[in-house]
Amino acid sequence: MDLRNTWDKWPDANGRFGEFGGRYVAETLMPLVLELEAEYRKAKQDPAFAAEMQDLWTHYVGRPSPLYFAERLTEHFGEAKIYFKRDELNHTGAHKINNCLGQVLLARRMGKKRIIAETGAGQHGVATATICARFGLECVVFMGETDVERQKPNVFRMRLLGAKIVPVSSGTGTLKDAMNEALRDWVTNVETTFYCIGTAAGPHPYPEIVRDFQSVIGVEARAQILEREGRLPDAVMACIGGGSNAIGLFHPFINDEGVRLIGVEAAGHGIETGLHAAALNGGRPGILHGNRTYLLQTDDGQIIDAHSISAGLDYPGIGPEHAFLRDAGRAEYLSCTDDEALAAFQLCTRLEGIIPALEPAHAIARVGEVAKELGPKGLMILNMCGRGDKDVFSVAKALGVEM
Amino acid sequence: MGRTRIETAFSKARGEHRAVLVTYLMAGDPDLETSYQALCALRDNGADIIELGAPFTDPMADGIAIQKAGLRSLAAGTRLTDVIALAARFRKDDQTTPLILMGYANPVHSMGYVRFAEAAAKAGIDGSILVDLPPEEDAPLREIYAKYDLSVIRLATPTTNEARAAKVAEGASGFIYFVAVTGVTGAGSADPAAIAGQVAMVRKVSGLPVCVGFGVKSGAQAAEMAKIADGVVVGSAFVEKAGDAQASGRFGDAAPAMGRLVRELRSAVDSVHKA
Repeated sequence: MDLRNTWDKWPDANGRFGEFGGRYVAETLMPLVLELEAEYRKAKQDPAFAAEMQDLWTHYVGRPSPLYFAERLTEHFGEAKIYFKRDELNHTGAHKINNCLGQVLLARRMGKKRIIAETGAGQHGVATATICARFGLECVVFMGETDVERQKPNVFRMRLLGAKIVPVSSGTGTLKDAMNEALRDWVTNVETTFYCIGTAAGPHPYPEIVRDFQSVIGVEARAQILEREGRLPDAVMACIGGGSNAIGLFHPFINDEGVRLIGVEAAGHGIETGLHAAALNGGRPGILHGNRTYLLQTDDGQIIDAHSISAGLDYPGIGPEHAFLRDAGRAEYLSCTDDEALAAFQLCTRLEGIIPALEPAHAIARVGEVAKELGPKGLMILNMCGRGDKDVFSVAKALGVEM
Repeated sequence: MGRTRIETAFSKARGEHRAVLVTYLMAGDPDLETSYQALCALRDNGADIIELGAPFTDPMADGIAIQKAGLRSLAAGTRLTDVIALAARFRKDDQTTPLILMGYANPVHSMGYVRFAEAAAKAGIDGSILVDLPPEEDAPLREIYAKYDLSVIRLATPTTNEARAAKVAEGASGFIYFVAVTGVTGAGSADPAAIAGQVAMVRKVSGLPVCVGFGVKSGAQAAEMAKIADGVVVGSAFVEKAGDAQASGRFGDAAPAMGRLVRELRSAVDSVHKA
């Protein structure tokens, strides 16, 4: 199949991106998943929906986020010009709110008064709790026990916002276990509840919905770079857990085939050790959490727990559109270990006065190599998808600093 | 063979004017030998159809009892091929009791649909219920199952309306598993009055027998469900017996305890005369 210039046509009517995606959910949820799709199609056509979204993006979230020339980082590597898309400056400190806002507005259209969410690093949980507070909706956030421990500031923040936190102890107590528990809640409370999924994964239409809401990142970045530099970038880069910030940056460039799309997965202790979260680089296709995609799994189809210093990347799967883009050769996926991310975290903080979240620190760790490949005339954009305040405790611990 | 065994189980029960009793067992919990003993005890004490649970690390539709059972089984090292081998061992001297593999899509997908279907049919498994494989996604599996005469058993739920029931029925065989509560396995109590109309609708639309499960634990509840459905499914209550055996370290207690429970359930189901 010739895929040129049709990259933006996915998913198909069955919610598939090539061989990936789909709707692998329990029958109880099927009618709701189909209803959500129908409602989303209507909302997409409704100018009032777009207007409400735009108004809140501007006055509540603080969009557009700036496109910033990272001058000292560029000088440090001495190669391609590096820009940061500053989505860490959004209200709540990460890109997650772009999507939460859209999904909660959809929930309101569907008459749902109770919102549930899963969270890893806590950024999606905080963003969901924030929007729920803003609209006076009940909010329940499922969070792995391990993550509750390593993301205490965000846990407290969510409680302040009025959300109920449900710590999940099954599995390794991380993002995948939180998602299992959220799905169990959803199946139980399907009539009243809207599941606000934080990443571009899950059953169709979630990967499409999350991508569309996050695409504001790439739409802005594309216009901003054209204005600043008068041309498209040679590469756009982002870290990948489930892949929502990456797909949001990539998608508006997807038919610009001269623009390289580069994702960076979390390699944890190293892909060769088996302790990592790099589903594309170290996994194979399977079915989990509503979609067919690349997964970390045993030869018997059991899911392997992911490992990453970054709670937001600590997930054994990846959004199905990334699986598709990788197999089709449209996007490239690199990886970065915990140690490399820690070094990049410090480098960016010192050189740019921006404390990145550990998630984008993974992308920063690979930026030098890509800048070198592009050479001094090159131009690239990196998505600074979250700020690092939430990570200072775990970074201190990793660096052996007493606080 | 698969479809015939299931059809025979239902026609036999109809001839006896009673509902069928379907029981669930997690294979390999706490170990495979105990599961084999339990399978025999279930059959000997009145189970008409047995669902053989295949463990999965991320059982999104299951409550805590079956989650724990799956983890116990995985901790004991159970693989999908072991579950199939357990069925084959049981089938050696039982040619009539239908065995349905119940679990999640990924282990089967990982083994490969063709390899799985071939091995399952050879082992005497009669069909499968894969919870996260709705009609929209099971066409490739169905095509392969047809060659091996295996049944695709689908789920209907309280959220299933008439239009959806038609979709669920399309290509389904064996029976329809009606999930009595919106929720996970083992949670809450099913209310027969609330679902009776829907069960009848699903039976009419599908033309297949309908078995009701989720939230059925006691003989009294089973008898109530027997009044409104062609069959009753009990799962978590059996799985808890395996959990007790694991906790006490006396694995040998599991099969007799399951046998007693199935006898109690069967006599409750038999007490309901079906026209």
